[in-house]
Amino acid sequence: MTDMISPETASTAGAAAAAPGLLFAGPEGVVLLGVAPTSKKLGLFFWFCAGWIGLIIVVAIFANLLPLPKPNFQNFSAPQNGSPGLGHLLGTDDLNRDIFSRLLYGARVSLVVGFGGTGIGLVLGGIPAMFSAYRRGRVDTFLNTVSYAVLAFPALVAVIAIGSFWGHDLWKITLVIGVFSAPVIFRVVRASTLSYASRDFVMAAKALGASDSRILAREIFPNILPTIVSFGLIAVATVIVLEGTLAFLGLSVPPPTPSWGNMLNEGAGLLSGGPGQSNPWLVIFPAAAMFSLLFTLNVVADKLRSFFDVTEVKL
Amino acid sequence: MSTPADPPVATQVGPPLLTVDDLKVSFATPQGELRAVQGVSLTLEQGKTLGIVGESGSGKTVLSRAIMGLLPRQSATQTGSVRYKGEEILNASNKDLRRLWGSEIAMVFQDPMTSLNPVLRIGHQITESLKIHLKLSRSEAKETALSLLMQVGIPSPVERFDAYPNQLSGGMRQRVIIAIALACAPRLLMADEPTTGLDVTVQAQILDLLSTLQRDRQMGMVLVTHDLGVVATRTDEIIVMYAGNVVERAPTNVLFSQMAMPYTEALLRSIPRIGNPSHTRLVAIDGRPPDLISPPPGCPFAPRCPYVQDKCRSEKPLLVEGAVPGHSYACWYPLSEPVSVGLRSGSGAE
Repeated sequence: MTDMISPETASTAGAAAAAPGLLFAGPEGVVLLGVAPTSKKLGLFFWFCAGWIGLIIVVAIFANLLPLPKPNFQNFSAPQNGSPGLGHLLGTDDLNRDIFSRLLYGARVSLVVGFGGTGIGLVLGGIPAMFSAYRRGRVDTFLNTVSYAVLAFPALVAVIAIGSFWGHDLWKITLVIGVFSAPVIFRVVRASTLSYASRDFVMAAKALGASDSRILAREIFPNILPTIVSFGLIAVATVIVLEGTLAFLGLSVPPPTPSWGNMLNEGAGLLSGGPGQSNPWLVIFPAAAMFSLLFTLNVVADKLRSFFDVTEVKL
Repeated sequence: MSTPADPPVATQVGPPLLTVDDLKVSFATPQGELRAVQGVSLTLEQGKTLGIVGESGSGKTVLSRAIMGLLPRQSATQTGSVRYKGEEILNASNKDLRRLWGSEIAMVFQDPMTSLNPVLRIGHQITESLKIHLKLSRSEAKETALSLLMQVGIPSPVERFDAYPNQLSGGMRQRVIIAIALACAPRLLMADEPTTGLDVTVQAQILDLLSTLQRDRQMGMVLVTHDLGVVATRTDEIIVMYAGNVVERAPTNVLFSQMAMPYTEALLRSIPRIGNPSHTRLVAIDGRPPDLISPPPGCPFAPRCPYVQDKCRSEKPLLVEGAVPGHSYACWYPLSEPVSVGLRSGSGAE
């Protein structure tokens, strides 16, 4: 095993020597098998989808810096229900407002509710789930029961009911949706924590004197992170749909604030009618925007899950 | 072999490293109380190696975990006493045990495939405890970790430092696990079947490595195994366990020359011998270990013992001192003649 210095191993040795620290020779001499490079790649499609999500986020954040009319600006010199064209890229709605501008500002609502709601759900559901699954006992039984109880309640009905007396501000909607997404996240995180909590390496870490919170944060969390990331992104998609549903029912952020759901709601009445009265674009564009965001979120979630899974060995 | 983690050579004064007194462990199950360990006592001095031998289900793993304090508190009832350097640690709080775990007492686990965290790099897993217990800086910890990896015989530690566990073979992983266990220079190493998951050739390497490290560092070591052959040359004293009881205890050379308990003999007979002609049938111990929830009244080994008498079935033998100091056994009718340990099997006395 000692005289296996081939060009590749020699170059690896060079790289190792250049690395900080010393090159140690093992008892059998410097034998280098070289760490196998990860052959897994995310692929072009992933980057296309991630890029699309990134683009939507950037454009939504900087919408006010773009050379666009304000979303609620009524341009009476442009035609009502105008078709896509140079003046108004995606046309105008029945109140002479620019659809493209409203679409970009509307993305803010979907993104805030989607990521904010899921974030709240992760904090309220995920963190207790890890402790609950690791420590077990009465607290676990209690939280488990609570999560089942909340799950048994239809979230849409609950959100509508709470919204009707509490109000429809963006942060209120986000908070309520976040609270109702917590039990699902609790269940998923608890299940995956449970499957790692009894592994030998957790006991080995314990036997090395690691504290419970350290074991959770440093041993178990990295293992369940792929699950959290991929499930989290799917939760974002689900929450965006939920917000869209509320908005379509007129129960999300009140008009004239643009949101994709609001636009769909307004456009639904304009699907049929005579020339100048109908405007299918007002349905097509927000629907396409929502579809593209949900689709790419799901693709990114799935690709990330398999990419992060370092234990999945391809033979 | 001098590293920052190396301990000074110990001078033996005061209480022994590890004392276990009448340790009993039971688990509440829906069928009743399962008594996994039924009154085990042992003593281990600094720098000595103790072998615990028994087949699956004999309670040896539960015993080693009870000594470590790693059994779940809710389900395991533990009585008796476990003292580390004179300090009682049985049923101590996790907070108190954390002071000992890793830095004073460490454990090498059975399965190298599952006892490393699959998503963390090897280097991270070794330096973690160095940073917690010894408060080393990042670069000091890395240097110590690299020298540990060298000590356990890992070729090109610099590359291995950044490898994930699934990029290493089983033997390499077990070496890494040993390096992790030894990182903070523990005084007591519990090795629970450290070679069960490995090939025979690698087994010997790992065991030799453990013995070398144990000698160099003057650690106390408890080596748990089902294989009498493994402990034969590597231990100072052997405890043979059966159904949660110690059935024989003796210094290693005494055990092999004057074994008294038929179970020990049966264990020894079941090791295949290199000198046997090929296609020799493996000698197995017939039957199964007894039910630990409602054990039979007599000697637990009686149903499987080739020399069983009526008394064995009705009265349970207690551990009694043998002729040689330090040798004790629990048997009404101890083997009067020493068993042949050589290549012949069972044809009579030497």
